[in-house]
Amino acid sequence: MKFAILIQDGPYNHQASDSAYNFIQAVLKKGHEIIGVFFYNDGVINGTKLMDPPTDDRHIGKKWSALGSTGIDLVICIAAAKRRGITDEVLIPNARISGLGQLVEMAVKADRLVTFGS
Amino acid sequence: MEDEIIQKKMMFIMRRAPHGSIYSYEGLEVVLITAAYDQDISMTFIDDGVFALKKDQNTDGIGIKGFMKTYFALDDYDVQKLYVSEESLSDRGLKRDDLIDINIQIMSQKEITNIMNEQDVLFPF
Repeated sequence: MKFAILIQDGPYNHQASDSAYNFIQAVLKKGHEIIGVFFYNDGVINGTKLMDPPTDDRHIGKKWSALGSTGIDLVICIAAAKRRGITDEVLIPNARISGLGQLVEMAVKADRLVTFGS
Repeated sequence: MEDEIIQKKMMFIMRRAPHGSIYSYEGLEVVLITAAYDQDISMTFIDDGVFALKKDQNTDGIGIKGFMKTYFALDDYDVQKLYVSEESLSDRGLKRDDLIDINIQIMSQKEITNIMNEQDVLFPF
């Protein structure tokens, strides 16, 4: 099955991002496909490489970036990103900033769109 | 060869108040973009989401840009299926006359649930 993922909340503040990441791992383990992850609302804050959590905690930005390095398309919404100061200069590697049309295309192509938010 | 156009039933669930968080506003932005993709779009207003349709909103006092006018433009975007929960309205003491004059359908939660079950994609905001 083809899944698309929508993340609506930022890292650390809310569990949405962690849950989405764990869900994606489970989906892949079961042999399904992730056609894309779209970050919207405060979810775009997952895409900044400037985050610097305590070293004994998980680094959410690096986890997403590592996932992106496996070829999974990580798309940060440009409109939401501009509001929140997320630009190409601070973007984690292996993610890209693009428009809301990407979310619509993911929703059209996927068998399931699964949303993680508060 | 041209790609076949896939049309899906996509419902936007507006469940939060229009102000106090950005979800309602940014949700509406997704509706407008999706309208350009020839999808079968509907919007549902439940819980505090019904306040988005309250008439005579004035955001001057909270210093943020209001977006209520956008609801009047939805028809131009061919977004014409607007479902409003009867129970959510009455729970908040709202009547049809308290809402803006656009084409909406007030229906029971049960009817909304049935329409929700027919959808291919749900976008909660």
